[in-house]
Amino acid sequence: MPEPDSQETEGFLARFKALPVDSVQKTFFVAVTLCLFCSMVVAAAAVSLRPVQEANKLRDKRINILQVAGLYEPGTDVDEAFAAFEPRVVDLESGTFTDRFDATTFDDKQAAEDVTLSMPLEDDPASIGRRLNYATVYLLNDEQGNLDKIILPVYGYGLWSTLYGFIALEENGNDIYGLQFYEHAETPGLGAEVDNPRWKALWNGKKLRDDDGDLKITVAKGVPSPAMEPFHVDALAGATLTSNGVDNLVRFWMGEQGFAPFLDNLKAGAV
Amino acid sequence: MAQTRRTYLVDPLVDNNPITLQVLGICSALAVTSSLQVSLVMAIAVTSVTAFSSMFISMLRNHIPGSIRIIVQMVIIASLVILVDQILKAFLFEISKTLSVFVGLIITNCIVMGRAEAFAMKNPPVDSFIDGIGNGLGYGLILMMVGTVRELFGSGSLFGITILPTVNNGGWYVPNGLLLLPPSAFFIIGLIIWAFRTWKPEQVEVREYIIQEQEVEAH
Repeated sequence: MPEPDSQETEGFLARFKALPVDSVQKTFFVAVTLCLFCSMVVAAAAVSLRPVQEANKLRDKRINILQVAGLYEPGTDVDEAFAAFEPRVVDLESGTFTDRFDATTFDDKQAAEDVTLSMPLEDDPASIGRRLNYATVYLLNDEQGNLDKIILPVYGYGLWSTLYGFIALEENGNDIYGLQFYEHAETPGLGAEVDNPRWKALWNGKKLRDDDGDLKITVAKGVPSPAMEPFHVDALAGATLTSNGVDNLVRFWMGEQGFAPFLDNLKAGAV
Repeated sequence: MAQTRRTYLVDPLVDNNPITLQVLGICSALAVTSSLQVSLVMAIAVTSVTAFSSMFISMLRNHIPGSIRIIVQMVIIASLVILVDQILKAFLFEISKTLSVFVGLIITNCIVMGRAEAFAMKNPPVDSFIDGIGNGLGYGLILMMVGTVRELFGSGSLFGITILPTVNNGGWYVPNGLLLLPPSAFFIIGLIIWAFRTWKPEQVEVREYIIQEQEVEAH
């Protein structure tokens, strides 16, 4: 004899199955069961795949940091190569390192949603609205333990989208090693040429400031005067607005509202 | 029986193609075809969603109340799309970044809904599954054709492998920028429809009206 419990559920289900399809009870029954079942499937998939997805995002970010520092080839062991970097959180106001957050887990994008950690911008050339007071920078030391490269996060608005990227500076904090965007939605073939290796190579060896300390770096069209040559990156053909966006965001983040206090401190050896 | 099942699979490729004959699913065909790799992944995603949603809807077809029919279909389709999206994000991260919002928009792809409503509600699960695969392949076929033209002449490459070295990378080919933008897919799909209907004139729709010959009075 079957157990009374299971008989009851069977009878319960069977009763609903036997209902006329268009009756009110059946409609509710189908709707509720289906929603419950589907939400369980979706939730199970989302929860079980999350660790893999998070790992992908982290890996993607690390690959970009390695690329901008010129350390990435296809087949590189990302985690091993990334271990050479030392992440530090910088307080942009004072330009010093802060231990308020754990640099290995501090998430700039997530923290940007916390209004107590960011400030509204009066002068906002990069069109970012609010600027987070903290940023994660990555320091790369050479084998002797001396500072080799500094990787700084930058972002700003282009034509259609916010471009997120990294700029790599040499140890003197003035010579650019490379610039790379890891997330944007600019026009393919035009603005999206910011990803073109030939254009990115133009940044290598440019300088941020002249000997007087004036911020000179620009993205502009045409042939520069010899005096401007070390600070001039040729704009992308057919993508004036994206180029302007890149120009604005680089100048903003390298300026006084960005990393300038930190880079000054770094040069003076104060951090 | 085997004969009809084969028709379910083969028919939507050319004779009853969802894009060129039924003119459904155009929106995503415009958006994702600028590179072949992305088109291929999108085609696979749509095929699996159409096949499985048709199968599940067909399994439930005798228990779906008419009053909430569309909602039930949508819930099933949406759940499958979220599954596909999550799987792509976990295992094909690079491609999921390019596809971004368009995977989610499979939910609104008229082909999926169309097959659910027109076929799966009236046919058994296995047939519906095969019909879903067939229609997904028909969609994928056009996507690949459009993708080939757009990637080859827009970026000078196929599946990311350079075929025509572009001027930007030191080659000789000046890429056609229009082909990288969504409107170009309109022209290409239009040309494909024209080619299909010239090849198979029975696909040409009957005119809804005929302009009457007018008698011109002589003065």
